[in-house]
Parts: sequence; C-alpha cells; structure tokens
Amino acid sequence: MSVAASPGPAAAATTVIPNFGHADSCVLHNRFFCWHWFTSHWNDTFAPALVQHIVLTVIAVGIGFVVSLGLALVAYRLHWLERPIGWVAGWLYVIPSLALFQLLVPITGLTTTTAEIALVSYTLLVLFRNVLIGLRDVSPDIREAARAMGMSRLQSLARVELPLAVPAIVAGLRIATVTVVSLATVAAFVIDRGLGPLILRAIGQGLFKTEFVAAGALAVALAITADALLVGARWLLVPWTRRGPR
Amino acid sequence: MNDFTRAFSFIGSHQPLLWQKTAEHMELSGAALGIATVIALPLGLWLGHLRRGSFLAINVSNVGRALPSLALISIGMGLLGIGFWNVSVALVVLAVPIMLTNAYVAIEQADPDIVDAARGMGMSGWQVFSRIKLPLGVPLLFAGIRTATLYVIATATLAAVGGGGGLGEIIVNQASYRFEGVLGAALWVAALALVADLGLAQLQRVLTPRGLRRPGHPRLLAIRPAADARARSANLATAPGRPN
Repeated sequence: MSVAASPGPAAAATTVIPNFGHADSCVLHNRFFCWHWFTSHWNDTFAPALVQHIVLTVIAVGIGFVVSLGLALVAYRLHWLERPIGWVAGWLYVIPSLALFQLLVPITGLTTTTAEIALVSYTLLVLFRNVLIGLRDVSPDIREAARAMGMSRLQSLARVELPLAVPAIVAGLRIATVTVVSLATVAAFVIDRGLGPLILRAIGQGLFKTEFVAAGALAVALAITADALLVGARWLLVPWTRRGPR
Repeated sequence: MNDFTRAFSFIGSHQPLLWQKTAEHMELSGAALGIATVIALPLGLWLGHLRRGSFLAINVSNVGRALPSLALISIGMGLLGIGFWNVSVALVVLAVPIMLTNAYVAIEQADPDIVDAARGMGMSGWQVFSRIKLPLGVPLLFAGIRTATLYVIATATLAAVGGGGGLGEIIVNQASYRFEGVLGAALWVAALALVADLGLAQLQRVLTPRGLRRPGHPRLLAIRPAADARARSANLATAPGRPN
C-alpha cells in the first residue's frame, strides 16, 4: 500500500499524463469570476475579440463622423435641410439595435457590412447635431471679424468656425464612440466579431460566468478608455478650453 | 425583398403572439421605468434645487452611457440569475443616470434673475422650487423621461437573452420562428419604438407650460440648441442615451 502511493522518481519521469479536461475548482463551481481562467484565455480568446471590437468601433465612428460632418456643413449653409436630416437621423436612432441588425440581414447578409451600417446609423444623430450646434454657436462677431480680415467663406469655415466648434464636436464624438462600443456587443447576433459573441456563447453554454463577466467588463473598460482618450484629444486640440467650465 | 413580404405576412398571421409579447415587453419596461423614476427624480430635483453635486449629477450619465446593456444584462445574470428581476435591475441601472442628469439640469438651470425675483416677492425655498423652478424645468425634465423611456423600451428587446421575456424572444429565437418571424418581430419592435417616441413627444407638448411652448411640434428627441453657454453644456451632457 505504501509502495503504490509513492511512485519512484523513475516512474514520474517516464509517464506523461496530459492535462486534458483539467479545471480548477473555481471554474468547476462556476464562480462569479475566475482570474486564472481569464489570464490563461487572454491570448486565444479575449485579445483577438478586443482588437476586433476596436476595429468595428473605429470604422463605424470614422464613417459616421465623415458623413455627419458633410451633412452638418450642408445644413449649416442650407438651413431648410436641417429638419429633414435631423428627422431621418432621429428615426434611425430610435430603432432598437437588435431589430435594426436583423432588418439589414435580407439586404446585406450576415456580414460585417450589416453591422457597420447599423452602427454608423446610430452615430449620425449625435454627431450631426453636435457639429451643427458647434458651428451655430460661433459668435456672429467673430464670423464678421473673419470676413473683415478678408477671409473667404471657406477660409472662415476652415480656420475660424470649425476650430471653434471642436469642443462641441468632441463632445459628440465621445457620446458616439461610447455608444458604438456598447452597441457593437449586440452585433454578435449577426456577426462573429468583437466581444459580443463571447457573451452570447457563455450564456448559451449554461451561463459560464467568467467568460461573459470578463467580456462585459472589457467592453466597459474599452468605452471608458476611448472616452478618456477623446478628452485628452480635446485638451491637445483646443488649449483655450483647458481652464474654466467645459 | 421576398423576406420582407413574408415578414409582413408573419405579422398579419401572428397578432395574438405579438400582442402578448408586447404586453410582456411593456410590463418589463414599465417596472424598470417606475423604479428608476422613484430613485432618480427626487434625488435629481433635490440636488438641482440645492445646486450641489453637479459633478456627480452630470458625470453619472457619462458613466452610465459607457455601460453596454448586453454586458450589463450578462453581468446581472451572473449575480442574480436568469429572469424578470435580473433584467429589470439592468434596465433600472441604465435608466437612472439619464433621468438623474436631466432632472438635475432642469432645476439647476433656472434663470437666476427669475429666482431672485421670486425670492424678492417673499417666496419660501419650497415655493420657489414648486412654483418657479419646477414648471420652468418641465421641458428638460420630461425630455429626460422620454429619452429614458425610449432607451428602456429598446433595451428591453435584449431582455430575452436574460430570460426576461418580451418581443426580443421572437428575434433571438430563429429556430422556432424562422427568419420571417425574426424579421417580422424586428419590424414590429421598430414600429413600436417610433410610435412610443411620437406619443411621448405629444405628451411632452401637453405637459409643457403654455408660456414655454413654441409653435410647431417638439422635435424628435427634443434637443434644441440653447442660447447660453451653461444650458449648452447641459444640452451636450444630456444628449440622449443611445438605444439598444
């Protein structure tokens, strides 16, 4: 009995028992969060999903910003266009994302394009409105001074009005970015990219808590980091707002 | 396009199912909004009246916006298990920041000259609040409630993932309802959100004191450029939370 319980050094060296199916007690008991499981799956699961999530977000906010900036500049010149554009963007905005993703499937299929169209459509209202408010809030005196200095309308727009609108534009970008980070998790219903699929998969596999808690926490952390980066960008871009009220 | 035709015929042939799920949807949203209102409005109004805690009141909505609802529902499932209440709690957590910030700003931004005049007439603190600041703040206050309502109705679609029932159950259950059902329910939810928004816009119009009403209908999501800088920063800070 004592012989069987203590294998000699030679036996330990020759038999290699693979560690398949090994799980620590935390995973077996499905505790709220297993740090060890999280770190051991960082490289194969969480890091790629996080990168995909960032890519989805950057593309959506980038396209949304370009489109909104264009629309806002048009509406800035042609007042009567503000209402219809705001109206369409508003209607797009109130459609629940789960529904919008599905509505696009017959048209663009289960592709990243579907996800991006939906995500872009959620940035339009906020960005369009904030760019427009930023431009409209430029004091008429300043605009007049720019014209009096001999600037053309385009020069005044590019060198005076748009720079002064940057705080409002960045405020819009912050909202849009955080929104898209959040909604990109819902895109998991149509595409297998980003942090959302981890949440859905973990729910589907009998509520494995560590995976969806970790994915959810990463999404929150990403949103807060992106927000902080944009605040930093404003600090660099518009030094005159560094002091005093925002 | 054939898909859409079949989706519409699904809507036509599944009316009892859709209305039953809509009722569940509204029950869930209503419970969450009720709880959120009880928590957020008194606190926001009180802080706004005292003009204290602006940092908390403004920033809570920025933090709230950063919480992905799907993640919140999933974390709620980890803590509370599957069911109606886990989803309600998640919805309450999402609705409170929007309402709190709007309630705060609505009361806090009251024109100081008007408040001074009211005090000069001998009004007490409570009278200034109830007769001056509150009526003046109604549009913004209600804008917050409206945004939160839309937000909660939209997010409740995701409740199906957490076992909360509602219209999302059809959308996430392609195996039972096939794609035409998923698409039909998606159209139904989109229509529901739009109808809710229009209804709330009308309600907002009715609730706004006559002197503050502007000609024409309140715009969708009711964000208007404000004149002064304080209201402007408030406006940006209280921009609608995103739908889900």
